[in-house]
Amino acid sequence: MNDQHPSASGVAENAVFESSAASMTGGPSPLPDLAAGTRTNLASKLRWQGRFKVWGGQLLLAVVIIGGWQWFTAEHWVDPFTYGQPTGIVHRLYTLFRDGTAFGSYPEQILVTLQEAVYGFLIGAAAGILMGVSLGTNRYLSSVISPYIKVVNAIPRIVLGSIFVVAFGFGITGKMLLAAVLVFFVVFFNAFQGVREVDPNVIANARVLGAKPLHIIRHVTLPSAMTWIIASLHTAFGFAIVGALVAEILGSEKGLGLVITTAQGTFDADGVFAVMLTVAVITLVAEFILTRLERRLLAWRPQSRSDAPAI
Amino acid sequence: MTWVTSLLSVAAMSLTHGASPHSARVELNGVSKRFLTPSGDVFTAIQDVTFAVEPGQFCALVGPTGCGKSTSLSLVSGLDKPSSGTVSVGGTAVDGIADGVSFMFQTDALLPWKSVLANVALGPIFRGASKREAQASARDWLRRVGLAGFEDRYPHQLSGGMRKRVAMAAALINEPRILIMDEPFGALDVQTKAIMSNELLALWEQVRCSVIFITHDLDEAVALADRVVVMTSSPGTVKDIYDIDLPRPRGDVQEIRFQPRFVELQRQIWRSLRDEVERAYAATAGVPA
Repeated sequence: MNDQHPSASGVAENAVFESSAASMTGGPSPLPDLAAGTRTNLASKLRWQGRFKVWGGQLLLAVVIIGGWQWFTAEHWVDPFTYGQPTGIVHRLYTLFRDGTAFGSYPEQILVTLQEAVYGFLIGAAAGILMGVSLGTNRYLSSVISPYIKVVNAIPRIVLGSIFVVAFGFGITGKMLLAAVLVFFVVFFNAFQGVREVDPNVIANARVLGAKPLHIIRHVTLPSAMTWIIASLHTAFGFAIVGALVAEILGSEKGLGLVITTAQGTFDADGVFAVMLTVAVITLVAEFILTRLERRLLAWRPQSRSDAPAI
Repeated sequence: MTWVTSLLSVAAMSLTHGASPHSARVELNGVSKRFLTPSGDVFTAIQDVTFAVEPGQFCALVGPTGCGKSTSLSLVSGLDKPSSGTVSVGGTAVDGIADGVSFMFQTDALLPWKSVLANVALGPIFRGASKREAQASARDWLRRVGLAGFEDRYPHQLSGGMRKRVAMAAALINEPRILIMDEPFGALDVQTKAIMSNELLALWEQVRCSVIFITHDLDEAVALADRVVVMTSSPGTVKDIYDIDLPRPRGDVQEIRFQPRFVELQRQIWRSLRDEVERAYAATAGVPA
Protein backbone atom coordinates (compact mmCIF):
# COMPACT_ATOMS: atom_id res chain seq x y z
CA MET A 1 0.00 0.00 0.00
CA ASN A 2 2.70 2.43 0.98
CA ASP A 3 4.77 1.52 -2.05
CA GLN A 4 1.86 2.24 -4.31
CA HIS A 5 1.04 5.62 -2.71
CA PRO A 6 4.24 7.21 -1.53
CA SER A 7 2.70 10.69 -1.70
CA ALA A 8 -0.24 9.68 0.49
CA SER A 9 2.01 8.37 3.26
CA GLY A 10 4.09 11.57 3.07
CA VAL A 11 0.99 13.67 3.56
CA ALA A 12 -0.08 11.54 6.52
CA GLU A 13 3.25 12.10 8.23
CA ASN A 14 3.09 15.86 7.74
CA ALA A 15 -0.39 15.88 9.15
CA VAL A 16 1.00 15.51 12.67
CA PHE A 17 2.33 19.05 12.27
CA GLU A 18 -0.58 20.59 10.44
CA SER A 19 -4.17 19.61 10.94
CA SER A 20 -4.78 15.98 10.19
CA ALA A 21 -7.67 16.97 7.94
CA ALA A 22 -5.02 17.38 5.24
CA SER A 23 -4.43 13.67 5.20
CA MET A 24 -8.12 13.05 4.56
CA THR A 25 -8.25 15.29 1.51
CA GLY A 26 -4.63 15.34 0.40
CA GLY A 27 -4.40 11.80 -0.91
CA PRO A 28 -6.15 8.44 -1.07
CA SER A 29 -7.30 7.43 2.40
CA PRO A 30 -5.26 4.59 3.84
CA LEU A 31 -8.46 3.15 5.40
CA PRO A 32 -10.93 1.98 2.74
CA ASP A 33 -14.60 1.02 3.08
CA LEU A 34 -15.62 3.35 5.90
CA ALA A 35 -19.03 4.97 6.14
CA ALA A 36 -19.00 8.77 5.88
CA GLY A 37 -19.95 9.27 9.55
CA THR A 38 -17.16 7.02 10.77
CA ARG A 39 -14.73 8.88 8.63
CA THR A 40 -15.66 12.28 10.12
CA ASN A 41 -15.30 10.86 13.62
CA LEU A 42 -11.92 9.48 12.69
CA ALA A 43 -10.83 12.86 11.31
CA SER A 44 -11.83 14.68 14.49
CA LYS A 45 -10.17 11.99 16.64
CA LEU A 46 -6.95 12.32 14.64
CA ARG A 47 -7.13 16.10 14.89
CA TRP A 48 -7.50 15.98 18.70
CA GLN A 49 -4.67 13.48 18.96
CA GLY A 50 -2.50 15.90 16.98
CA ARG A 51 -3.46 18.79 19.25
CA PHE A 52 -2.73 16.88 22.44
CA LYS A 53 0.65 15.93 21.06
CA VAL A 54 1.50 19.58 20.41
CA TRP A 55 0.22 20.72 23.83
CA GLY A 56 2.16 17.94 25.52
CA GLY A 57 5.34 19.03 23.78
CA GLN A 58 4.77 22.66 24.74
CA LEU A 59 4.15 21.77 28.38
CA LEU A 60 7.25 19.59 28.46
CA LEU A 61 9.38 22.42 27.07
CA ALA A 62 8.08 24.85 29.73
CA VAL A 63 8.76 22.34 32.50
CA VAL A 64 12.30 21.72 31.24
CA ILE A 65 13.18 25.44 30.95
CA ILE A 66 11.51 26.82 34.09
CA GLY A 67 12.18 23.68 36.14
CA GLY A 68 15.81 23.64 35.00
CA TRP A 69 16.21 27.30 35.97
CA GLN A 70 14.69 26.67 39.40
CA TRP A 71 16.78 23.52 39.93
CA PHE A 72 20.11 25.05 38.81
CA THR A 73 19.63 28.12 41.02
CA ALA A 74 18.38 26.05 43.97
CA GLU A 75 21.56 23.92 43.77
CA HIS A 76 23.59 27.17 43.44
CA TRP A 77 25.22 25.98 40.21
CA VAL A 78 23.89 29.31 38.95
CA ASP A 79 23.82 32.28 41.30
CA PRO A 80 20.15 33.13 42.10
CA PHE A 81 21.23 36.60 43.32
CA THR A 82 22.44 37.54 39.82
CA TYR A 83 20.11 35.54 37.61
CA GLY A 84 16.94 35.39 39.70
CA GLN A 85 14.87 32.34 40.47
CA PRO A 86 11.34 31.45 39.23
CA THR A 87 9.89 31.12 42.74
CA GLY A 88 11.63 34.35 43.73
CA ILE A 89 10.16 36.14 40.73
CA VAL A 90 6.65 34.96 41.57
CA HIS A 91 7.11 36.03 45.18
CA ARG A 92 8.46 39.43 44.10
CA LEU A 93 5.49 39.90 41.80
CA TYR A 94 3.20 39.09 44.74
CA THR A 95 4.89 41.64 47.03
CA LEU A 96 4.85 44.24 44.25
CA PHE A 97 1.09 43.92 43.97
CA ARG A 98 0.62 43.72 47.79
CA ASP A 99 3.00 46.45 48.96
CA GLY A 100 3.28 48.63 45.86
CA THR A 101 6.34 50.75 45.18
CA ALA A 102 7.84 53.86 46.76
CA PHE A 103 6.07 55.97 44.11
CA GLY A 104 2.58 54.42 44.14
CA SER A 105 0.80 51.10 43.72
CA TYR A 106 2.01 48.56 41.15
CA PRO A 107 -1.18 48.64 39.00
CA GLU A 108 -0.75 52.40 38.80
CA GLN A 109 2.75 51.93 37.34
CA ILE A 110 1.35 49.45 34.84
CA LEU A 111 -1.35 51.91 33.82
CA VAL A 112 1.12 54.76 33.33
CA THR A 113 3.37 52.68 31.06
CA LEU A 114 0.37 51.25 29.22
CA GLN A 115 -1.02 54.73 28.62
CA GLU A 116 2.30 55.97 27.20
CA ALA A 117 2.69 52.90 25.02
CA VAL A 118 -0.89 52.95 23.67
CA TYR A 119 -0.92 56.68 22.91
CA GLY A 120 2.53 56.44 21.36
CA PHE A 121 1.39 53.46 19.32
CA LEU A 122 -1.72 55.26 18.04
CA ILE A 123 0.15 58.48 17.17
CA GLY A 124 3.05 56.62 15.54
CA ALA A 125 0.81 54.25 13.58
CA ALA A 126 -1.44 57.05 12.32
CA ALA A 127 1.54 59.16 11.25
CA GLY A 128 3.20 56.12 9.67
CA ILE A 129 0.14 55.21 7.63
CA LEU A 130 -0.42 58.82 6.55
CA MET A 131 3.19 59.33 5.47
CA GLY A 132 3.51 55.86 3.96
CA VAL A 133 0.41 56.25 1.80
CA SER A 134 1.27 59.84 0.75
CA LEU A 135 4.83 58.97 -0.21
CA GLY A 136 3.82 55.68 -1.78
CA THR A 137 1.28 57.32 -4.06
CA ASN A 138 3.29 60.44 -4.90
CA ARG A 139 6.53 59.80 -6.74
CA TYR A 140 7.77 63.40 -6.45
CA LEU A 141 7.17 63.57 -2.71
CA SER A 142 8.88 60.23 -2.19
CA SER A 143 11.95 61.30 -4.23
CA VAL A 144 12.28 64.47 -2.14
CA ILE A 145 11.71 62.96 1.28
CA SER A 146 13.05 59.39 1.08
CA PRO A 147 16.78 60.26 1.56
CA TYR A 148 15.88 62.05 4.80
CA ILE A 149 13.80 59.12 5.95
CA LYS A 150 16.76 56.83 5.30
CA VAL A 151 19.08 59.08 7.33
CA VAL A 152 16.66 59.32 10.24
CA ASN A 153 16.15 55.57 10.08
CA ALA A 154 19.92 55.03 10.25
CA ILE A 155 20.47 57.03 13.43
CA PRO A 156 19.83 55.28 16.77
CA ARG A 157 16.44 56.81 17.51
CA ILE A 158 16.24 55.40 21.03
CA VAL A 159 18.74 58.12 22.05
CA LEU A 160 16.05 60.67 21.26
CA GLY A 161 14.68 59.59 24.64
CA SER A 162 17.38 61.73 26.32
CA ILE A 163 16.35 64.75 24.26
CA PHE A 164 12.70 64.20 25.21
CA VAL A 165 13.60 64.01 28.92
CA VAL A 166 15.42 67.33 28.57
CA ALA A 167 12.60 68.88 26.56
CA PHE A 168 9.51 67.50 28.30
CA GLY A 169 10.77 66.56 31.74
CA PHE A 170 9.69 63.51 33.74
CA GLY A 171 6.02 63.52 32.59
CA ILE A 172 4.41 61.17 30.12
CA THR A 173 4.69 63.36 26.97
CA GLY A 174 8.30 62.45 26.25
CA LYS A 175 7.62 58.74 26.77
CA MET A 176 4.68 58.84 24.38
CA LEU A 177 6.81 60.61 21.78
CA LEU A 178 9.65 58.10 21.99
CA ALA A 179 7.18 55.22 21.61
CA ALA A 180 5.57 57.06 18.66
CA VAL A 181 8.92 57.61 16.93
CA LEU A 182 9.82 53.93 17.17
CA VAL A 183 6.37 52.84 15.96
CA PHE A 184 6.32 55.35 13.13
CA PHE A 185 9.22 53.87 11.20
CA VAL A 186 8.00 50.29 11.40
CA VAL A 187 4.53 51.24 10.19
CA PHE A 188 5.78 53.79 7.67
CA PHE A 189 8.05 51.39 5.79
CA ASN A 190 5.35 48.75 5.64
CA ALA A 191 2.64 51.17 4.50
CA PHE A 192 5.00 52.58 1.86
CA GLN A 193 5.90 49.13 0.57
CA GLY A 194 2.27 48.02 0.69
CA VAL A 195 1.21 50.96 -1.46
CA ARG A 196 3.98 50.20 -3.93
CA GLU A 197 2.82 46.59 -4.21
CA VAL A 198 -0.67 47.50 -5.40
CA ASP A 199 -1.44 45.79 -8.70
CA PRO A 200 -1.19 48.49 -11.42
CA ASN A 201 -3.80 46.57 -13.39
CA VAL A 202 -6.33 47.07 -10.62
CA ILE A 203 -5.58 50.80 -10.51
CA ALA A 204 -5.90 51.06 -14.30
CA ASN A 205 -9.26 49.29 -14.08
CA ALA A 206 -10.49 51.65 -11.37
CA ARG A 207 -9.39 54.65 -13.45
CA VAL A 208 -11.24 53.40 -16.52
CA LEU A 209 -14.33 52.84 -14.36
CA GLY A 210 -14.15 56.55 -13.55
CA ALA A 211 -12.31 56.66 -10.20
CA LYS A 212 -10.83 60.00 -9.05
CA PRO A 213 -7.47 59.95 -7.19
CA LEU A 214 -9.20 59.99 -3.78
CA HIS A 215 -11.45 57.12 -4.83
CA ILE A 216 -8.36 55.11 -5.76
CA ILE A 217 -6.73 55.72 -2.38
CA ARG A 218 -9.89 54.85 -0.47
CA HIS A 219 -11.11 51.84 -2.47
CA VAL A 220 -7.89 50.41 -3.88
CA THR A 221 -4.60 51.60 -2.37
CA LEU A 222 -5.46 51.67 1.32
CA PRO A 223 -7.26 48.30 1.52
CA SER A 224 -4.49 46.71 -0.52
CA ALA A 225 -1.77 48.14 1.71
CA MET A 226 -3.77 47.14 4.80
CA THR A 227 -2.33 43.61 4.68
CA TRP A 228 1.15 45.07 5.06
CA ILE A 229 0.16 47.69 7.60
CA ILE A 230 -1.57 45.22 9.90
CA ALA A 231 1.37 42.84 9.75
CA SER A 232 3.59 45.70 10.93
CA LEU A 233 1.29 46.58 13.85
CA HIS A 234 2.24 43.39 15.69
CA THR A 235 5.92 44.38 15.72
CA ALA A 236 5.03 48.02 16.25
CA PHE A 237 3.25 47.45 19.55
CA GLY A 238 6.36 45.71 20.89
CA PHE A 239 8.35 48.79 19.91
CA ALA A 240 5.83 51.07 21.62
CA ILE A 241 6.36 49.22 24.91
CA VAL A 242 10.14 49.29 24.48
CA GLY A 243 10.02 53.03 23.74
CA ALA A 244 7.91 53.78 26.81
CA LEU A 245 10.09 51.60 29.10
CA VAL A 246 13.41 53.00 27.88
CA ALA A 247 12.14 56.57 28.16
CA GLU A 248 11.05 55.84 31.73
CA ILE A 249 14.44 54.35 32.55
CA LEU A 250 16.11 57.49 31.19
CA GLY A 251 14.14 59.64 33.60
CA SER A 252 10.63 59.55 35.02
CA GLU A 253 8.58 59.86 38.18
CA LYS A 254 6.28 56.87 37.55
CA GLY A 255 6.00 53.75 35.42
CA LEU A 256 7.35 50.24 35.00
CA GLY A 257 10.67 51.60 33.70
CA LEU A 258 11.16 53.31 37.05
CA VAL A 259 10.36 50.06 38.86
CA ILE A 260 13.12 48.42 36.78
CA THR A 261 15.65 51.16 37.61
CA THR A 262 14.76 50.90 41.29
CA ALA A 263 15.19 47.11 41.22
CA GLN A 264 18.51 47.50 39.41
CA GLY A 265 19.67 50.00 42.04
CA THR A 266 18.96 47.50 44.83
CA PHE A 267 20.52 44.51 42.96
CA ASP A 268 17.06 42.96 42.80
CA ALA A 269 17.23 40.59 39.76
CA ASP A 270 13.89 39.01 40.69
CA GLY A 271 12.31 42.48 40.61
CA VAL A 272 13.58 43.12 37.05
CA PHE A 273 12.28 39.73 35.95
CA ALA A 274 8.94 40.39 37.63
CA VAL A 275 8.48 43.58 35.58
CA MET A 276 9.57 41.72 32.44
CA LEU A 277 6.88 39.14 33.10
CA THR A 278 4.29 41.89 33.56
CA VAL A 279 5.30 43.50 30.27
CA ALA A 280 5.16 40.13 28.51
CA VAL A 281 1.57 39.66 29.66
CA ILE A 282 0.64 43.17 28.46
CA THR A 283 2.21 42.51 25.06
CA LEU A 284 0.44 39.17 24.73
CA VAL A 285 -2.92 40.78 25.49
CA ALA A 286 -2.19 43.50 22.90
CA GLU A 287 -1.19 40.81 20.42
CA PHE A 288 -4.50 39.03 21.04
CA ILE A 289 -6.47 42.24 20.41
CA LEU A 290 -4.46 43.00 17.26
CA THR A 291 -5.06 39.49 15.94
CA ARG A 292 -8.81 39.94 16.46
CA LEU A 293 -8.63 43.27 14.64
CA GLU A 294 -6.66 41.64 11.84
CA ARG A 295 -9.24 38.86 11.45
CA ARG A 296 -11.94 41.46 11.23
CA LEU A 297 -10.27 43.84 8.79
CA LEU A 298 -8.86 41.10 6.59
CA ALA A 299 -11.93 38.86 6.62
CA TRP A 300 -11.87 38.86 2.83
CA ARG A 301 -8.73 36.77 2.67
CA PRO A 302 -8.76 32.99 2.35
CA GLN A 303 -8.77 31.53 5.89
CA SER A 304 -5.40 29.80 5.82
CA ARG A 305 -3.55 32.99 4.97
CA SER A 306 -5.10 35.11 7.71
CA ASP A 307 -4.26 32.42 10.26
CA ALA A 308 -0.59 32.28 9.41
CA PRO A 309 0.64 35.48 11.16
CA ALA A 310 -1.32 34.60 14.31
CA ILE A 311 1.18 31.89 15.27
CA MET B 1 -30.26 64.48 -48.36
CA THR B 2 -26.84 64.96 -46.81
CA TRP B 3 -28.13 67.54 -44.32
CA VAL B 4 -30.69 65.01 -43.15
CA THR B 5 -28.05 62.44 -42.32
CA SER B 6 -25.79 65.01 -40.69
CA LEU B 7 -28.73 66.27 -38.62
CA LEU B 8 -29.49 62.69 -37.62
CA SER B 9 -25.93 62.06 -36.56
CA VAL B 10 -25.89 65.30 -34.55
CA ALA B 11 -29.11 64.21 -32.85
CA ALA B 12 -27.56 60.85 -32.10
CA MET B 13 -24.43 62.46 -30.67
CA SER B 14 -26.43 64.73 -28.40
CA LEU B 15 -28.16 61.82 -26.73
CA THR B 16 -26.53 60.42 -23.62
CA HIS B 17 -24.01 57.73 -24.35
CA GLY B 18 -26.03 55.02 -22.62
CA ALA B 19 -28.99 55.59 -24.89
CA SER B 20 -27.05 56.04 -28.07
CA PRO B 21 -24.57 53.52 -29.35
CA HIS B 22 -24.24 55.58 -32.54
CA SER B 23 -21.61 57.94 -31.20
CA ALA B 24 -19.42 54.92 -30.54
CA ARG B 25 -17.18 54.99 -33.59
CA VAL B 26 -13.55 54.38 -32.71
CA GLU B 27 -10.92 55.58 -35.10
CA LEU B 28 -7.15 55.22 -34.99
CA ASN B 29 -5.38 57.30 -37.59
CA GLY B 30 -1.62 56.87 -38.22
CA VAL B 31 -1.04 56.14 -34.55
CA SER B 32 2.46 55.39 -33.27
CA LYS B 33 3.62 54.80 -29.73
CA ARG B 34 7.27 54.87 -28.74
CA PHE B 35 8.77 54.12 -25.33
CA LEU B 36 12.15 55.05 -23.92
CA THR B 37 13.78 51.87 -22.61
CA PRO B 38 15.85 52.04 -19.40
CA SER B 39 19.03 51.68 -21.49
CA GLY B 40 18.11 54.84 -23.39
CA ASP B 41 16.98 53.27 -26.67
CA VAL B 42 13.70 54.14 -28.31
CA PHE B 43 11.36 51.19 -28.60
CA THR B 44 8.55 51.48 -31.11
CA ALA B 45 5.60 49.48 -29.88
CA ILE B 46 3.19 50.35 -32.68
CA GLN B 47 3.80 52.19 -35.91
CA ASP B 48 1.29 53.97 -38.09
CA VAL B 49 -1.75 51.99 -36.95
CA THR B 50 -4.91 52.90 -38.82
CA PHE B 51 -8.25 51.17 -38.40
CA ALA B 52 -11.79 51.99 -37.40
CA VAL B 53 -14.51 50.26 -35.43
CA GLU B 54 -18.02 51.20 -36.52
CA PRO B 55 -20.69 51.92 -33.89
CA GLY B 56 -22.04 48.69 -32.45
CA GLN B 57 -19.45 46.61 -34.22
CA PHE B 58 -17.55 43.73 -32.65
CA CYS B 59 -13.94 44.05 -33.72
CA ALA B 60 -11.25 41.48 -32.93
CA LEU B 61 -7.58 42.38 -32.90
CA VAL B 62 -5.22 39.48 -33.61
CA GLY B 63 -1.47 39.42 -33.95
CA PRO B 64 1.67 37.73 -32.66
CA THR B 65 2.83 38.12 -29.06
CA GLY B 66 4.31 41.52 -28.29
CA CYS B 67 2.98 43.26 -31.41
CA GLY B 68 1.42 46.13 -29.48
CA LYS B 69 -2.22 45.04 -29.34
CA SER B 70 -2.54 45.97 -25.68
CA THR B 71 -0.72 49.26 -26.30
CA SER B 72 -3.25 50.19 -28.99
CA LEU B 73 -6.10 49.56 -26.57
CA SER B 74 -4.58 51.56 -23.74
CA LEU B 75 -4.52 54.47 -26.21
CA VAL B 76 -8.22 54.04 -26.98
CA SER B 77 -9.13 53.94 -23.28
CA GLY B 78 -7.06 57.04 -22.59
CA LEU B 79 -4.78 55.30 -20.08
CA ASP B 80 -1.89 56.27 -22.37
CA LYS B 81 -1.24 58.94 -24.99
CA PRO B 82 -0.05 58.28 -28.56
CA SER B 83 3.40 59.58 -29.58
CA SER B 84 1.95 60.61 -32.94
CA GLY B 85 -1.31 60.23 -34.83
CA THR B 86 -4.82 60.60 -33.48
CA VAL B 87 -7.19 58.35 -31.59
CA SER B 88 -10.81 59.43 -31.56
CA VAL B 89 -13.89 58.03 -29.92
CA GLY B 90 -17.28 59.19 -31.18
CA GLY B 91 -15.64 61.87 -33.30
CA THR B 92 -13.66 63.57 -30.51
CA ALA B 93 -9.97 63.04 -29.87
CA VAL B 94 -9.17 60.99 -26.76
CA ASP B 95 -7.56 63.06 -24.01
CA GLY B 96 -7.35 61.37 -20.64
CA ILE B 97 -9.72 58.63 -19.53
CA ALA B 98 -12.38 58.47 -22.23
CA ASP B 99 -15.96 58.69 -21.06
CA GLY B 100 -18.18 55.73 -21.90
CA VAL B 101 -15.32 53.28 -22.26
CA SER B 102 -15.02 50.13 -20.17
CA PHE B 103 -12.03 47.82 -20.01
CA MET B 104 -11.83 44.14 -19.24
CA PHE B 105 -8.36 42.80 -18.53
CA GLN B 106 -6.88 39.35 -18.93
CA THR B 107 -5.90 39.14 -15.28
CA ASP B 108 -8.53 39.70 -12.65
CA ALA B 109 -8.93 43.36 -11.91
CA LEU B 110 -11.50 42.67 -9.19
CA LEU B 111 -10.77 44.01 -5.72
CA PRO B 112 -10.25 40.94 -3.52
CA TRP B 113 -11.31 42.81 -0.35
CA LYS B 114 -14.71 43.74 -1.72
CA SER B 115 -17.68 41.43 -2.10
CA VAL B 116 -18.96 40.60 -5.56
CA LEU B 117 -21.76 43.15 -5.19
CA ALA B 118 -19.40 45.91 -4.03
CA ASN B 119 -17.04 45.16 -6.91
CA VAL B 120 -19.76 45.52 -9.52
CA ALA B 121 -21.15 48.63 -7.79
CA LEU B 122 -17.78 50.42 -8.05
CA GLY B 123 -18.39 51.93 -11.51
CA PRO B 124 -21.56 53.86 -10.58
CA ILE B 125 -20.06 54.89 -7.21
CA PHE B 126 -16.98 56.33 -8.93
CA ARG B 127 -19.34 58.22 -11.23
CA GLY B 128 -21.19 59.77 -8.32
CA ALA B 129 -24.24 57.51 -7.89
CA SER B 130 -25.55 56.93 -4.38
CA LYS B 131 -24.68 53.66 -2.71
CA ARG B 132 -28.30 52.48 -2.86
CA GLU B 133 -28.62 53.19 -6.62
CA ALA B 134 -25.26 51.60 -7.32
CA GLN B 135 -26.14 48.44 -5.41
CA ALA B 136 -29.55 48.13 -7.05
CA SER B 137 -27.93 48.43 -10.45
CA ALA B 138 -25.18 45.98 -9.47
CA ARG B 139 -27.78 43.45 -8.31
CA ASP B 140 -29.52 43.78 -11.66
CA TRP B 141 -26.30 43.23 -13.59
CA LEU B 142 -25.29 40.25 -11.47
CA ARG B 143 -28.64 38.71 -12.29
CA ARG B 144 -28.05 39.35 -15.99
CA VAL B 145 -24.70 37.54 -15.92
CA GLY B 146 -26.30 34.66 -13.98
CA LEU B 147 -24.74 35.35 -10.59
CA ALA B 148 -27.84 36.15 -8.53
CA GLY B 149 -27.29 34.73 -5.04
CA PHE B 150 -23.51 35.27 -5.11
CA GLU B 151 -23.63 38.95 -4.11
CA ASP B 152 -21.96 38.47 -0.72
CA ARG B 153 -19.12 36.20 -1.83
CA TYR B 154 -15.55 37.40 -2.10
CA PRO B 155 -13.77 36.96 -5.45
CA HIS B 156 -11.43 34.26 -4.11
CA GLN B 157 -14.49 32.12 -3.33
CA LEU B 158 -15.52 32.02 -7.00
CA SER B 159 -14.30 29.92 -9.91
CA GLY B 160 -12.34 31.49 -12.78
CA GLY B 161 -15.40 31.58 -15.03
CA MET B 162 -17.55 33.19 -12.33
CA ARG B 163 -14.91 35.85 -11.69
CA LYS B 164 -14.95 36.65 -15.42
CA ARG B 165 -18.71 37.09 -15.26
CA VAL B 166 -18.31 39.47 -12.33
CA ALA B 167 -15.73 41.41 -14.33
CA MET B 168 -18.14 41.49 -17.27
CA ALA B 169 -20.93 42.87 -15.09
CA ALA B 170 -18.50 45.42 -13.59
CA ALA B 171 -17.50 46.54 -17.10
CA LEU B 172 -21.03 46.70 -18.52
CA ILE B 173 -22.72 48.41 -15.55
CA ASN B 174 -21.43 51.81 -16.69
CA GLU B 175 -23.32 51.23 -19.96
CA PRO B 176 -20.24 51.85 -22.05
CA ARG B 177 -20.37 52.92 -25.67
CA ILE B 178 -17.16 51.03 -26.14
CA LEU B 179 -16.06 47.86 -24.42
CA ILE B 180 -12.38 47.04 -24.63
CA MET B 181 -11.40 43.47 -23.84
CA ASP B 182 -7.76 42.50 -23.54
CA GLU B 183 -7.68 38.70 -23.88
CA PRO B 184 -10.46 38.46 -21.32
CA PHE B 185 -10.77 34.68 -21.49
CA GLY B 186 -7.09 33.93 -22.09
CA ALA B 187 -6.55 32.33 -18.69
CA LEU B 188 -9.61 30.06 -18.83
CA ASP B 189 -9.76 26.42 -19.90
CA VAL B 190 -11.17 25.68 -23.36
CA GLN B 191 -14.66 24.58 -22.24
CA THR B 192 -15.17 27.51 -19.84
CA LYS B 193 -13.89 29.84 -22.53
CA ALA B 194 -16.53 28.58 -24.99
CA ILE B 195 -19.29 29.07 -22.40
CA MET B 196 -18.05 32.57 -21.57
CA SER B 197 -17.85 33.49 -25.29
CA ASN B 198 -21.49 32.45 -25.75
CA GLU B 199 -22.55 34.48 -22.73
CA LEU B 200 -20.59 37.48 -23.92
CA LEU B 201 -22.30 37.31 -27.33
CA ALA B 202 -25.74 37.02 -25.71
CA LEU B 203 -25.09 40.04 -23.46
CA TRP B 204 -23.56 42.05 -26.25
CA GLU B 205 -26.55 41.43 -28.52
CA GLN B 206 -28.66 43.13 -25.81
CA VAL B 207 -26.47 46.19 -25.18
CA ARG B 208 -24.85 46.55 -28.61
CA CYS B 209 -21.87 48.64 -27.61
CA SER B 210 -18.82 48.67 -29.84
CA VAL B 211 -16.33 46.02 -28.78
CA ILE B 212 -12.60 45.80 -29.38
CA PHE B 213 -11.44 42.36 -28.42
CA ILE B 214 -7.83 41.21 -28.28
CA THR B 215 -7.21 37.51 -28.66
CA HIS B 216 -4.56 35.02 -29.70
CA ASP B 217 -7.23 32.55 -30.65
CA LEU B 218 -8.17 32.97 -34.31
CA ASP B 219 -11.21 30.68 -33.98
CA GLU B 220 -12.50 32.86 -31.17
CA ALA B 221 -11.89 36.01 -33.24
CA VAL B 222 -13.78 34.74 -36.29
CA ALA B 223 -16.62 33.24 -34.24
CA LEU B 224 -17.28 36.44 -32.30
CA ALA B 225 -16.31 39.38 -34.47
CA ASP B 226 -17.73 41.42 -37.35
CA ARG B 227 -14.27 42.64 -38.25
CA VAL B 228 -10.86 41.09 -37.68
CA VAL B 229 -7.79 43.30 -37.70
CA VAL B 230 -4.50 41.44 -38.23
CA MET B 231 -1.40 43.14 -36.86
CA THR B 232 2.21 42.53 -37.90
CA SER B 233 4.97 41.50 -35.55
CA SER B 234 6.83 44.21 -33.63
CA PRO B 235 6.73 47.12 -34.34
CA GLY B 236 3.03 46.46 -34.78
CA THR B 237 1.08 47.92 -37.63
CA VAL B 238 -2.13 46.89 -39.36
CA LYS B 239 -1.49 44.17 -41.97
CA ASP B 240 -4.98 43.20 -43.11
CA ILE B 241 -8.57 43.91 -42.18
CA TYR B 242 -11.23 41.25 -42.77
CA ASP B 243 -14.97 41.78 -42.50
CA ILE B 244 -16.67 38.65 -41.21
CA ASP B 245 -20.00 38.18 -43.02
CA LEU B 246 -21.30 35.29 -40.92
CA PRO B 247 -24.95 36.09 -40.10
CA ARG B 248 -26.10 37.09 -36.60
CA PRO B 249 -27.19 35.91 -34.18
CA ARG B 250 -24.32 33.50 -34.47
CA GLY B 251 -25.54 31.00 -31.88
CA ASP B 252 -23.14 28.56 -30.31
CA VAL B 253 -19.49 29.40 -30.94
CA GLN B 254 -18.64 25.71 -30.77
CA GLU B 255 -21.12 24.90 -33.59
CA ILE B 256 -20.24 27.76 -35.91
CA ARG B 257 -16.73 26.37 -36.34
CA PHE B 258 -18.05 23.70 -38.69
CA GLN B 259 -19.75 26.03 -41.16
CA PRO B 260 -17.95 26.13 -44.53
CA ARG B 261 -17.86 29.94 -44.58
CA PHE B 262 -16.23 29.98 -41.13
CA VAL B 263 -13.56 27.53 -42.23
CA GLU B 264 -12.89 29.55 -45.38
CA LEU B 265 -12.50 32.85 -43.49
CA GLN B 266 -10.43 31.24 -40.77
CA ARG B 267 -8.04 29.77 -43.35
CA GLN B 268 -7.76 33.07 -45.21
CA ILE B 269 -6.90 35.03 -42.04
CA TRP B 270 -4.53 32.39 -40.77
CA ARG B 271 -2.56 32.62 -44.02
CA SER B 272 -2.08 36.32 -43.29
CA LEU B 273 -1.32 35.84 -39.62
CA ARG B 274 1.03 32.87 -39.93
CA ASP B 275 3.97 34.78 -41.41
CA GLU B 276 3.80 37.32 -38.59
CA VAL B 277 3.59 34.70 -35.89
CA GLU B 278 6.59 32.88 -37.36
CA ARG B 279 8.56 36.11 -37.62
CA ALA B 280 7.75 37.05 -34.03
CA TYR B 281 8.68 33.57 -32.86
CA ALA B 282 12.01 33.72 -34.72
CA ALA B 283 12.77 37.11 -33.16
CA THR B 284 12.16 35.92 -29.63
CA ALA B 285 13.56 32.41 -29.98
CA GLY B 286 16.75 33.53 -31.77
CA VAL B 287 16.07 31.29 -34.78
CA PRO B 288 17.17 32.82 -38.14
CA ALA B 289 14.05 33.96 -39.98
